[in-house]
Amino acid sequence: MTAIEHDAPVAHAAAAAEQGRLAQAWSAFAESRVAVGALGVAALLILVAALAPWITPQNPYDLTQLSIMDNMLAPGSRGFDGRLYLLGTDDQGRDMLSAIVYGLRLSLVVGIVATAIALAIGAAVGIVAAYFGGRLDSLLMRLVDIQLSFPAILIALILLAILGKGVDKVVIALVSVQWAYYARTIRSSALVERRREYIEAAQGLALPRWRIIFRHLLPNAFPPLIVVATVQVAHAIALEATLSFLGIGVPITEPSLGLLIANGYGYMLSGRYWIAFYPGIALLVAIVAINLVGDQLRDVMNPRLKR
Amino acid sequence: MLAFLFRRIGQSVLVMAAMATLVFLGVYALGNPIDILVSPEADQIEREQAIARLGLDRPLWVQFLVFVKSALAGDLGRSFVHGLPAIDLILSRMPATLELAFVALVIAIALGLPLGMIAGLSPRSLVGRGIMAGSILGFSLPNFWLGLMLILAFAVELKVLPAGGRGQTRELLGLQWSFFTADGLRHLLLPALTLAIYKASLVARLASAATRETLVQDFVRFARAKGLTPARIVGVHVLKTILIPLVTVIGLEFGSMIAFAVVTETVFAWPGMGKLLIDSIYRLDRPVIVAYLIVIVATFVVINLVVDVVYSLLDPRIRLSERKT
Repeated sequence: MTAIEHDAPVAHAAAAAEQGRLAQAWSAFAESRVAVGALGVAALLILVAALAPWITPQNPYDLTQLSIMDNMLAPGSRGFDGRLYLLGTDDQGRDMLSAIVYGLRLSLVVGIVATAIALAIGAAVGIVAAYFGGRLDSLLMRLVDIQLSFPAILIALILLAILGKGVDKVVIALVSVQWAYYARTIRSSALVERRREYIEAAQGLALPRWRIIFRHLLPNAFPPLIVVATVQVAHAIALEATLSFLGIGVPITEPSLGLLIANGYGYMLSGRYWIAFYPGIALLVAIVAINLVGDQLRDVMNPRLKR
Repeated sequence: MLAFLFRRIGQSVLVMAAMATLVFLGVYALGNPIDILVSPEADQIEREQAIARLGLDRPLWVQFLVFVKSALAGDLGRSFVHGLPAIDLILSRMPATLELAFVALVIAIALGLPLGMIAGLSPRSLVGRGIMAGSILGFSLPNFWLGLMLILAFAVELKVLPAGGRGQTRELLGLQWSFFTADGLRHLLLPALTLAIYKASLVARLASAATRETLVQDFVRFARAKGLTPARIVGVHVLKTILIPLVTVIGLEFGSMIAFAVVTETVFAWPGMGKLLIDSIYRLDRPVIVAYLIVIVATFVVINLVVDVVYSLLDPRIRLSERKT
């Protein structure tokens, strides 16, 4: 039990230092107005996606709310009952604006959930490899090397070709694609932290191994993962959209942005551009915003660029 | 060098074996192999014949040996849809994919390298910032959506380029190529551009970073002191230095382009092996899926091997550090 008492004041001081560091990090981040704007846009998109059922004019998954009379309307036109379709309708009379907000919701949820799971798995593997070293480390890292030598889309394609369609399967595929990045990133930062004195002190206190790894080593080795995770959320969203566009991602009953675009593809050649165009814009805005945030985070956290 | 080469080849064989085992387990353990390897339209007698022929009544490890043996002999099953050996089908579609990926790679370098160097030479200028911002946009653009927008602009609205297909081809070395006819080139332009934009952004960012790092080095200062023209310093000395890291990255990116061509080929109905894969997934033509996976993994293992060997030739430190461990 002495272990906890020893930890407590350290944790307190660390929390205070953390606050100071966070404020510093924010002021460094805010130096780029573009990045702040991108963060605002990303937050707004998440808010819109979270509030989708309350702010959209229509529930695009509820077929009783769709009016087939209103199909293929151009953006800004009014429907049979005088309803305004700001971004037009698709072949089933679905309001594109509502469909995009719901699609965005699904894309963000899939991207964020997959990233979180992959982060947890990757961080655990990487930190264990770094702490124990030796055979285990070289085995795990060889695995990571091999996986990273294949492009993400290929691994996801292989998995989905075997597993079949479904939101859960897409998440499995995205997790399998991502975990290796986190494992490699946290391993290299944990290797540095492992040689620090506080780890030696913790070992001297004879704390249990898992406690040293997850309470002491992990929090200190974690920061570089934030950048990787941010960029990977964007990657995951793009990959999910791609897989759904190819027709091997999410099922047709719950269209994500990628599936909406695939749906509009067939009508594009006849000049009905809006079905494929606007979901793509939403996708693009989301990915660019997240990438810009990630880019600035990288600059802020890169010690080589510190003045 | 020879020892290094042998070790890398040994590793590649191991990776290949591991991947084939995974594909085998994916097909045989996760699904019912009879459903996967026998056409759904087959009748009872055909099913039993196939079960006996494939040895599905025997234990799993025997089946695995049979799978490995026939795979080594180049037999990966017959396509349900086309009735041809799956491997022949894949190989017949391969030139179209390689052609597309190669042209895209050339476009990516031709666009990315000069733009990246310009951005690296004056990172604070409006042009430099514009190029870097453009590169973020470039690799944020969903590949398939970019393809659709190019079709919309050039095929639907302007009607200057075709929306899909491979166009007229000409035979060379027993294979059909779009590259040598005007019509084929017109068909090739949009898909290749779509595939190239992401990589061009990547090359531009790498080239810009490498140029910035190279410009502050002593040999550039000496060259300037020697009175060389800026054009010569940048065009010869800087370019040579930044090419080394770029070559490796570009080599690896060629592989990723072949994989990403799946998307581009689907958008532009380009008859390559990626389109074949997606069609096969739709039609549950599983022998072709298995064959594609084996072929693409083999392609990758070869590309990675070649890049590693080239890199160790360019940079002896890699070889030496491997010897130490």
